[in-house]
Amino acid sequence: MVGATAPARQDAGVRAERTDEPVLATVTFTVNGQRRDLELDTRTSLLDAAREHLHLTGSKKGCDHGQCGACTMIVDGRRINACLTLAIMHQGAEIVTIEGLGQPDNLHPMQAAFVRHDGYQCGYCTPGQICSGVAVLEEIRAGIPSHVTADLGAAPQVTEAEIRERMSGNICRCGAYSNIVEAMTEVAEARA
Amino acid sequence: MKSFTYERPSTPAEAAAAVARTPEAKFIAGGTNLLDLMKLQIETPRHLVDVNGLGLDAVEPTEDGGLRIGALVRNTDLAAHPRVRTDYGVLARALLAGASGQLRNKATTAGNLLQRTRCPYFYDTAQACNKRRPGSGCSALDGVSRQLAVIGASDACIATHPGDMAVAMRVLDATVETVDAAGTERRIPIADFHRLPGDDPARDTTLAPGALITAVTLPKPVAGTHIYRKVRDRASYAYALVSVAAILTRDGTGHVAFGGVAPKPWRVEAAEADLPKGARAVTAQVFADAKPTPENAYKLKLAERTLGAALNQARA
Repeated sequence: MVGATAPARQDAGVRAERTDEPVLATVTFTVNGQRRDLELDTRTSLLDAAREHLHLTGSKKGCDHGQCGACTMIVDGRRINACLTLAIMHQGAEIVTIEGLGQPDNLHPMQAAFVRHDGYQCGYCTPGQICSGVAVLEEIRAGIPSHVTADLGAAPQVTEAEIRERMSGNICRCGAYSNIVEAMTEVAEARA
Repeated sequence: MKSFTYERPSTPAEAAAAVARTPEAKFIAGGTNLLDLMKLQIETPRHLVDVNGLGLDAVEPTEDGGLRIGALVRNTDLAAHPRVRTDYGVLARALLAGASGQLRNKATTAGNLLQRTRCPYFYDTAQACNKRRPGSGCSALDGVSRQLAVIGASDACIATHPGDMAVAMRVLDATVETVDAAGTERRIPIADFHRLPGDDPARDTTLAPGALITAVTLPKPVAGTHIYRKVRDRASYAYALVSVAAILTRDGTGHVAFGGVAPKPWRVEAAEADLPKGARAVTAQVFADAKPTPENAYKLKLAERTLGAALNQARA
């Protein structure tokens, strides 16, 4: 939000009865390399657009308030909470969901590492963890500092402390955190 | 969520005009706080003006050696900016102490300033809250107040400003730049931007209705160790119970603002002369008018100790 609310209409003593009719709008973006044209209720989150309209159900709805990270997608190269953004705000965007990172017969290295290291138990948070994990390693490579980076002038390194801090927006109720750290560390080392 | 119409203007003037002419319109930038509140029907705009296409995303040097930060610069980009990391470390540190990586990628400079309180009674629509529903009362006064304000509050509201970024901007003497539908530009010192609740807690800021934030400017850098210390219930991704934004020299002089304690970033410049005497001498003045509840009185001691830790850090 970037501004204050405009004053409500001043001309009537009572506010006009609010109708709650849906308002439709169109949006075009690319999801996992495929162009998508949608007509949506303006209220539709990017997460609901993917799950309910495109039937890409890999991204999960946990809290729907940006607190759990289960909905994490990579939009224009950056991880975001897909539940806290409107689909219609992403005209022309390049969106990658867990389905776009890899498939069962062609796993992304991070997906393979999660399997190898048991980086999950129930699996509900896993698509968000993996999207976030892929983006976190890119953020470190790009030199973006974190709360635990000791020297703001130096390039951040892939350490356990850095991974734990940067992954704090992805909650795992099963508590697979230590295995997630191992999986991400392995992927980072394989790349180095 | 209540339904709304939507538009995406291409200039700041058009955006301000769109909000001015449309009843119950709001700007939306990152949306991370506004959409959260819309889902709960705490915010119910009828029209959203998406400002993401306006530019306003540059970080540029100013003529006097300072920095001008566009309203739409994302928190991640601001924290990672070379000039911010080198010259305004307290700001980089405050940004990195806030929210999660996903949220910082979306959240903007202007939106961060305008984020609303996380007082649990503001969020719970079954409770009385003068900020959410003026005149309904304040359930927090006799409620769970552990997280809430110890100073600057009123009998109508004891909510805190939840942010970290604004606390650093307060110690840096930032200025908020705005434009309205008539094209009138205004420069608001950060000290005057957030307001105390008094008997009108619904208004968080002095921003004029319909005005659009275009930038935040920082004066030229202040020498010293830049520190942001945040005390919270878990190590990451939690709001401050108390935070300290400080710029300190080795001899103990400097500047300090506190977060998590008041409806706005809390700074008492007159107390800063006593920084060389130690934390207690400063916090005794900064919090002289505090009216804590039994549940949040711990924040006064915590503020003193957090400042003490910052002073030790600066001397190390």
